[in-house]
Amino acid sequence: MYKIAVIGGPDTVIGFKALGLDTFPVREAAEAHEIFKRITKADQPDEYAIIYLEEDLAQALKADIDRFKDVPRPAVILIPGKDGSLGLGQSALQAAVERAVGANIL
Amino acid sequence: MPKSAVTPTRMVLNQLKGRLRTASRGHKLLKDKRDEEMRQFMDIVRRNKVLREKVDEGLSGAFAAMSMASAVMSPEMLEQSLLYARQRMELDVSHKNIMSVNVPVYDFKSESPDQNGQLPYGFAQTSGELDDALSRLYAVFEDMLELAQVEKTMQLLAEDIEKTRRRVNALEYVMIPELQENIRYITMKLAENESSTKVRLMKVKEMVLQDAHHYEQ
Repeated sequence: MYKIAVIGGPDTVIGFKALGLDTFPVREAAEAHEIFKRITKADQPDEYAIIYLEEDLAQALKADIDRFKDVPRPAVILIPGKDGSLGLGQSALQAAVERAVGANIL
Repeated sequence: MPKSAVTPTRMVLNQLKGRLRTASRGHKLLKDKRDEEMRQFMDIVRRNKVLREKVDEGLSGAFAAMSMASAVMSPEMLEQSLLYARQRMELDVSHKNIMSVNVPVYDFKSESPDQNGQLPYGFAQTSGELDDALSRLYAVFEDMLELAQVEKTMQLLAEDIEKTRRRVNALEYVMIPELQENIRYITMKLAENESSTKVRLMKVKEMVLQDAHHYEQ
């Protein structure tokens, strides 16, 4: 069985806690980096298959996110934060298209 | 002139011809693979785009509702109500094969101990806004799950397409031209050798004849 994690600001993640997901409220990027490292460690009984990450933290954790682009697990998915979307999710899509096609065709 | 040193013999020529056949067949197969992968990829990209918009919209709605809820309730109360989730989300991951790329398929089960719905709190001390916020969040979560699946699929496919594309290009622009060049070189060299052998034989025949019969032209 796999688990789902949500990393983001306290206000963002609190709702997901009620849904039964594992939430990790963080206040700054360094904290998020630590948690990210901890939950993506290989030798765990229950692995996280999906990690939802608040967009605000994505910039600081870019290296961590890119590390998991080509492996089947976990899927790191950016979600908009409390203050609305930054459009980073869209740019992930564009990056994938550019990688596959060799040019941005969207 | 070929770049690498090839020995102009018939054996090497045969080997090279075999390799050229394999390379051409591989090139054709990989090209077909790339085209099909690309078609699948574009479908997935389109789906991803739609889902992304839906999730962005749904989440901002849910967050707005959540801040409404936190406005009418004290922060401690809110925290307390959501502290213990009644249900546990379990995720089942199976795999699907798209053009020999293994992509995940998520299947989630939420285990709730009783059938009283998904709200982890009693209704007495919480506001209706909180119920609303949670039900919105729950609704958007299914899209979020599909988004995760689609986005991962997209990333894995993109990686494989990149690999296939490089292979196709390497075969088309490096490997196959080089092989053809080498084959041409050997064929020419062999023809040259043959004609020089013929000339030498004619010359020798002439010398032998002259020796034996003092034959003069």
